[in-house]
Amino acid sequence: MKARLKFSKTGSMRFIGHLDVMRYFQKAFRRANIAVSYSQGYSPHQLMSFASPLGIGLSSDAEYLDIVLDDTENTENFLPRINAVMNEEITVTDFSVLTEEAKPSMAVLAGCDYLIALKPDKESFLTDAKERSQLLERFQARDTVEILKKTKRSEKLTDIRENIYCITDECRTFETFTGRNYQKLALDTTEYTPLLYCQLTAGSIVNIKPELVLEALCQQEGKEYNPFAYQIHRLEMYADANAKKGEIHTLHSEIPCKLVSLAEYERKNG
Amino acid sequence: MRKLALSDEILLSIEKPARYIGGEINMVKKNPSEVDIRFCMCFPDVYEIGMSHLGIQILYDMFNLRDDIYCERVYSPWVDLDAIMREQNIPLFALESQDPVKSFDFLGITLQYEMCYTNILQILDLSGIPLKAVERTLEDPFVIGGGPCSYNPEPIADFFDLFYIGEGETVYDDLMDAYKVWKKNKTTRQDFLKMAAQIPGIYVPQFYQAEYNEDGTLAKFYPTVPEAPETVIKQVEKDMSDTFYPEKPLVPYIKVTQDRVVLEIQRGCIRGCRFCQAGMLYRPIRPRNLEFLKQRAKVMLESTGHDEISLSSLSSSDYKELPELVYWLIDEFHDKGVNISLPSLRIDAFALDVMSKVQDIRKSSLTFAPEAGSQRMRNVINKGLTEEVILKGAKDAFVGGWNRVKLYFMLGLPGETYDDIEQIAVLSDKIAREYYTLPKEERNGKVNIVTSTSIFVPKPFTPFQWSPMVSKEEAQEKRYFLLDKVKSQLNAKSIKYNCHDADVSELEGIFARGDRRLCDVILQAYQSGCIYDSWSEYFHYDKWVQAFKDHNLDMDFYIKRERSEDEKFPWDFIDIGVSKDFLLREYHQAKNETVTPNCRAKCAGCGAAKFGCGVCVEERSI
Repeated sequence: MKARLKFSKTGSMRFIGHLDVMRYFQKAFRRANIAVSYSQGYSPHQLMSFASPLGIGLSSDAEYLDIVLDDTENTENFLPRINAVMNEEITVTDFSVLTEEAKPSMAVLAGCDYLIALKPDKESFLTDAKERSQLLERFQARDTVEILKKTKRSEKLTDIRENIYCITDECRTFETFTGRNYQKLALDTTEYTPLLYCQLTAGSIVNIKPELVLEALCQQEGKEYNPFAYQIHRLEMYADANAKKGEIHTLHSEIPCKLVSLAEYERKNG
Repeated sequence: MRKLALSDEILLSIEKPARYIGGEINMVKKNPSEVDIRFCMCFPDVYEIGMSHLGIQILYDMFNLRDDIYCERVYSPWVDLDAIMREQNIPLFALESQDPVKSFDFLGITLQYEMCYTNILQILDLSGIPLKAVERTLEDPFVIGGGPCSYNPEPIADFFDLFYIGEGETVYDDLMDAYKVWKKNKTTRQDFLKMAAQIPGIYVPQFYQAEYNEDGTLAKFYPTVPEAPETVIKQVEKDMSDTFYPEKPLVPYIKVTQDRVVLEIQRGCIRGCRFCQAGMLYRPIRPRNLEFLKQRAKVMLESTGHDEISLSSLSSSDYKELPELVYWLIDEFHDKGVNISLPSLRIDAFALDVMSKVQDIRKSSLTFAPEAGSQRMRNVINKGLTEEVILKGAKDAFVGGWNRVKLYFMLGLPGETYDDIEQIAVLSDKIAREYYTLPKEERNGKVNIVTSTSIFVPKPFTPFQWSPMVSKEEAQEKRYFLLDKVKSQLNAKSIKYNCHDADVSELEGIFARGDRRLCDVILQAYQSGCIYDSWSEYFHYDKWVQAFKDHNLDMDFYIKRERSEDEKFPWDFIDIGVSKDFLLREYHQAKNETVTPNCRAKCAGCGAAKFGCGVCVEERSI
């Protein structure tokens, strides 16, 4: 049976890379005696895939891991069983059995919510609330947000304005926009001061990193971007309920995207 | 949230930050203020190598079983972080608490190979601990060394307060208890060291004096305080089935060299290969009982979630209940996706059967370690493997579908002739020919043979401790000669020849049988920038040459001469059980090209029987 896990990743686990997190889960499933199905062949491996790799240094409340479980696996008490063998900085917060037709989260990923926070003892032009709301106003009023996107082969000027669905410095506003509750986070917000919330296009074709938005803001204000000053924290990942065939919609395209969190998308159990 | 010693900036700007954050699965957490002794265990090499070492896992578990001790770990910072720590004056820290190493009571350093010696100085230096033991104060930890290189600790004697000669499972409790007594009054460092020197197996180098003859050989070596014994006796764990062995080994986040459960099935070896130091140091062979091994295997696989278990020993085939253990492992775990790896296994029908069950024949290779090409030379080194056995094993494997073979040899063995070397190429070719005796339809493509040679390094406490080592130039010549011979074989295209770097081997040879005067050479090499000498990209041969020159020491003195039979060695004060008389007898046997039977076939009277355990007290079936 197909299943999906949602987990948080914070603290020192920010420095564990994507492939190592995969190895970590493989071993955790064995420790918890959870029967993940194996591929065929002489070097069988557990059937699992991530929605979207999280960069080193980033933290998250919403990473998604798809697995295939043996049909004999009893999914009761799944969360306490797996969390009993995890470390304190990676915690599984949701478990769902998916419909048989469910596509991998990687393939359906369409959007992400992020929090951009200030690291302890760091300074930023975004700290002052008044200045911040003014520069956000200027930002939101822009028709284009052009950034230099670097790929392995080339550098390309890209307009990401339509990929920024929401950007605000108010948690309440963001909660209203996304319809989610972001009061309790895995990130310690007494240590890391929240500055901005944003919802951005994500997925295998267009993927907007929050760092790009931050860079664009710096550019707009003529400030230098210091990547070490900010803690970027992923809040949620979404699929697009309007993109059944894998087409890409943004919030303002003819058929707009309808974002559903990956935890709820193609979910079978309650 | 766990506090980290390094800032996000640093962690995000270095390679593999996971090396420095600790927090691994099964890491022991204690409140440092609630223990009497903080012990920092160090493997002086990069994390991925250090984390693969079984010995530290055993000692980590053992120390942490005591409520009054918190044992933590530290590994060598890689060169990128090393530079940052020096620039920003960041003290080296332990992974668990992320506290500075300097604040610990003990820093224990495992000495697995000679080429890590400058890394020891790096560890001390970055910790802010004076490099020389006599310069340390009450603010510094006691630095204790252990492991195979501590059986000739002299080249690094100045840097250590103590060495633990023997197996860690035995007298550490006594040492820790003595320390607790001393810590109440914390008088002088010397006071504690005097208490320690009286514990069997503990060697305190500053309490000994070395004097040299005019020709540079050791004249006298004696204790200078009444507390220090003349002879330090190796400590042996007598009951391998009733001793410390972790049930919850650490599981690293990043991929390390040994990313699996390691089950040490026995310690020691019956074979008596004359080049092998481990084979002499760990005598007598002591198997662990089957029930103990099954229990640990099960518990460790459950507690780690590893998908592989490796059976560790010097010669697995000599473990009597090996088939029973291996088939049990296969039955119990293979279905659950657990791979079983069996290094150091003699290739025979059993080995092939097991390998066909647990490995992909197309991907795996057969490994033979004949060590020498000619039978004459194999008799010299007492490697009881015959060409017949190798060819039979290879043939059976080829019939079973394998087509890759790895062969390990040594160059520069005592008394080696060019004919002996040529036989390496000939044997490699014979194995290839064996493959082509199979009818074409039974073959699985081409045969693929990888022949590797390393340079033989004479080690203390072996029958070859008197032997000269080949010079760099000779070694080079021998390599070219062999390469040429390999190329002229019928199946040259199927044989790939690899060889080991001779510069590093030369230094390894010097340190292996070196004396105290080398401490200053190592210190200077370190101060001129040498670290990670075992990594060829960081090895600076010229700096080493300079350091020897500046201290008026001749590299050749340590490696090129044949030592006289009555020469006093720097390591003679250590008693490993195996006597110098026996080693000399074996040296003569080697010269006579005579084989000595293994311990189970016939006791050779090596001296290890005085420990009263293992094979020495086993019932013999004959």
